Amino acid sequence: MPRKTLTLPRALTRSLPLAALAAAALATAACTPNDPAAAAGDDASAGGPATVTVSSTADACTLSAAEAPSGNVVFKVTNDGDDVTEFYLLAEDGLRIVSEVENIGPGLSRDLVLTAKPGSYQTACKPGMVGDGIRAPFTVTDSGADVAPTGAIADQIAAATTSYVAYVKDQTEQLLAGTQEFVAAYKAGDDATARDLYAPTRAHWERIEPVAESFGDLDPRTDLREADLEADQEWTGWHLLEKDLWQPQPDANGGVAYTPLTDAQRTQYADQLLADTQELSDRVHADDFPATIDAAAIGNGAKGLLDEVATGKVTGEEEIWSHTDLWDFQANVDGARVAFEDLRDVVTAKDSALADQLDTRFGALQTLLDGYKQGDGFVSYTDLSEAQVKELAAAVDALSEPLSKLTSAVVL
Amino acid sequence: MTDPHHGAAAPADPAEGGSAASGVSRRSLLGFGGAGLAALAAGFAGGLGTGRATAAPAAPAPASDVVPFHGTHQAGIATRAQDRLHFATFDLTTTSRDDLVDLLQRWTVAAERMTRGLPAGELGPVSGPYEAPPDDTGEAQELSAANLTITFGFGPSLFDDRFGLADRRPALLEDLPHFPGDMLEDARTGGDLAVQACADDPQVAVHAIRNLARIAFGTAQVRWSQLGYGRTSRTSQAQATPRNLFGFKDGTANILAEDAAALDEHVWVAGADDPDAAWLAGGSYLVARRIRMNIETWDRGSLHEQETIIGRTKGSGAPLSGGKEGTEPDFARQGNGGQPLIDPASHVAMAHPDANGGVRMLRRGYNYTDGSDGLGRLDAGLFFLAFVRNPATHYVPMQNALAKNDLLSEYLRHTGSGLWAVPPGTRDGGWVGQALFDS
Repeated sequence: MPRKTLTLPRALTRSLPLAALAAAALATAACTPNDPAAAAGDDASAGGPATVTVSSTADACTLSAAEAPSGNVVFKVTNDGDDVTEFYLLAEDGLRIVSEVENIGPGLSRDLVLTAKPGSYQTACKPGMVGDGIRAPFTVTDSGADVAPTGAIADQIAAATTSYVAYVKDQTEQLLAGTQEFVAAYKAGDDATARDLYAPTRAHWERIEPVAESFGDLDPRTDLREADLEADQEWTGWHLLEKDLWQPQPDANGGVAYTPLTDAQRTQYADQLLADTQELSDRVHADDFPATIDAAAIGNGAKGLLDEVATGKVTGEEEIWSHTDLWDFQANVDGARVAFEDLRDVVTAKDSALADQLDTRFGALQTLLDGYKQGDGFVSYTDLSEAQVKELAAAVDALSEPLSKLTSAVVL
Repeated sequence: MTDPHHGAAAPADPAEGGSAASGVSRRSLLGFGGAGLAALAAGFAGGLGTGRATAAPAAPAPASDVVPFHGTHQAGIATRAQDRLHFATFDLTTTSRDDLVDLLQRWTVAAERMTRGLPAGELGPVSGPYEAPPDDTGEAQELSAANLTITFGFGPSLFDDRFGLADRRPALLEDLPHFPGDMLEDARTGGDLAVQACADDPQVAVHAIRNLARIAFGTAQVRWSQLGYGRTSRTSQAQATPRNLFGFKDGTANILAEDAAALDEHVWVAGADDPDAAWLAGGSYLVARRIRMNIETWDRGSLHEQETIIGRTKGSGAPLSGGKEGTEPDFARQGNGGQPLIDPASHVAMAHPDANGGVRMLRRGYNYTDGSDGLGRLDAGLFFLAFVRNPATHYVPMQNALAKNDLLSEYLRHTGSGLWAVPPGTRDGGWVGQALFDS
C-alpha cells in the first residue's frame, strides 16, 4: 500500500566505519581513579561515549577538547552562528573526509557519532557551507578499545548498489511480463487464470516496493487499497481488479451489493495498470536511476519493507478480498533480504554482530513462513489462527528491530 | 545526582556481572557502546584526557523523586504506592537460556537508568548516529523520574523445559486455580515474565514499559498489558486511603511499608520457606487480577445496599460497627433484631484477616478504565495487585471464599489473572534474577 515517502538527503558513504561495537572491550567501561570524567556530580556518571562539544559560529569553531580516546566518540555540534553550518572530521592530510554532519540550522545541535581509530585528524566547521572551513588539529589517543579494520568499504558499497540496481531492474522486467499476462486474461474474462496470476505477479512489485513508492505518482495509481481512498477519488490499479476478481458479499461491502466492473471498465483499468507498470519499468531502466540508489536508500528500503509487513501484511489488510497477504509478506521479506545481502560485506566489516543477528532472524522468519507454503504459493490469510498471526508478528518485530540499524551501520 | 561510585576504581570484574561462561552477552543495550553491565558497575565508560566528557544531555533527576533501584528487595513493593501504573507481561519467543539471561541483564541496565530519570540507552533520544533509531524513545524528555519503580517477576511457565529451570521452580509457583465466577480471557492471563512499572506520571510509566518492550524484541513479546491510575491502596502511613471506582475507600487494613515485622511475616519469602528455590529468598509472590466492576448496576444500588455490601460507610470509610476509618471492625456487635451491624457476607468481613486465618497481603492495586464496551458500559474496575509470601495460604483461600460468598462478587468479573515469583533485589553490577541462573 502506498505511503508518504520521506526523502532523506543522500547519506554519506565515505566515512570511517563504526567498529563492531559488540566487541567493545568491557575494560574500557571502567573508571580509573584519576579519570577526570568521574568527578563528583559529573553527568558522565550516567555512562556514555566520550563526548566533545563543538560550537560553530561565523568566525570560530570551538571544541571542548582537542583529543579523545579511541573508540566511540560523539561530537555534539551546536550552530551558534546565523548561517547553516557543517562539521567535518578530516584525515591528517586535510583532504579525506572521515565523517561529517551537514545542514545544521542556526541554533540547532547535531551529533556526529563515529568509532575513531588512534591517529591525527583535523576538525573543520564550515559556516555558510562554503570554503575550507575553520580548521584545527585533533588527536585520537589509543585507549586500547577494539576498533575494527576498515576494509575496502567504498568498493563494497559500490558493488552493493550495482547489485541492488540490477535486482530492481530484473524485478520490474518480471513484473511487466507478468502484468501483461494477467491483464490479457482479465480482459478476456478468464477470471480463473487472472486469479491464479494475481499474487505471483504482485510479488515482483512487493519485492521492490520502496523503489516503486519513491515514484509518488505511480504508486497510488497502482497500489491503492479501497480504504486508502479520499472521498470522490477514482480508484485504479491492482486492488480494484482484486475486488472484481474476488467479489465480496454485501455484508463485506458496507451492506450494499457489489457492482462488477463492465467490460469497458475492465479494459480501461487493466490497460492503465499495464501502462503504469511500463512507466515504472522505463523509469528504473533510465540512465539516471542508479544515481538515486545509495547505501542509505538500500538500508532504509529494507527497513521499509519490514514496516510494510508489520503494518499491512501481518494484519491481513493489504489483500482484503483475495487474502493473498502471505505472498506479499514473503515478497517484502525477499526484498529486504536481498537488500541486506547486497550490503552484507559492508555490515560484516563494520558490525559483524549485527550481520549475524540479521542472518539468524531472517532465517527464523523464513522458517515460520515456510510452514504456510501450499503448492507454489501460500495458504489464505484467513486460514491463520490468531496465535499464528501473533507468532508471525513476533518474528517480524524481532527482525525489524536490528534491521532498523542497518542504514546507520553501513553509512557511518 | 552524585554518582555513588565516583573515584572508586571499579574494574569490570567478571564476577560482578556474570562471566562469559554464565552466558553474559557483551552486546550493548541497544546496539551501541557495549558498556552494558559494566556501566552499572563502573558508572561511566571512557572519558576525555582533556576537558569534560558528558553523557546524553538529560540530567539525572533530583534525588527527591528517585526511588533507588537496587536494594535488598525490589523497589515497587514496599515502596510508597505511586499514582500510575503500566503493567506488562511477556512471553519468551526464544528457547535460549543465554538470550533470556541477556534480556534480564539489559533490562536491569535500562531499568536502573530510567528509574534515575535517565534515558534507557546511553546515547538517549536525541543523540547517536543520525541515520540510526535513537536508543531511547524520547517521550520522557524533561520529565522527572516521578518515583518510577520497575519490578520484575517470573511466571510458572518460565520454569518448563525451555531454559533448564524446571528444577528451580518454587513449589508454590503454579497457575492459580479456577475460582468460582472466573471469566478469564486468555489474552489477559499469565505470561513468562511480568514487569510492573509505577510512577507518579503516567507518561514515565508508559515510557518505561515501551523501552523495555523494545529491548525485548526478538527475545520476548508482550503478551498483555494494563494501564492503571489512582492507586487503590495506601502503603505508607504518610498516605491517605484512596477510593476505588465503587466510591469506597480501599486498602484501609493494608500492610504498610513502615511495618517491617508484618512485611517479614506476610510479604517477603524467607530462605527456609522453599529450600529448593533458595534464589527466591528476599523476594515475594505477585498476584495480579483484572477485576471488572459492573459500574452501572452498582450505581443503581441504594446507599444502604452499597454500605451493607462493603461493610463500611461510603463517606469516612468507618466500619459499620462504628468509629472512624482506622477503627477495627467489631463483627460481633449487633444492631436491631440481633443482626450483626457488619453483614458476615460483606466485603470487609469476608476479606478480614480474622476470616482468613490471620493472613494479610500487601495490596498495591490501581483503578483502570479501558474505554467502553460495545454496549455503552464502562470497561472499568480494579487492577488488583498483591504481594504475598505464600499465595497458597495468603491468597487462594481468601479468593475462593470471596468468590463464593462475598456480597460484592455480584458486581465483579475477574477477566485477567497471573501469579509471578518476584526475585529479591539487586546490588550494583548485578541483575534481576541472577541467583536463579547461578548454578
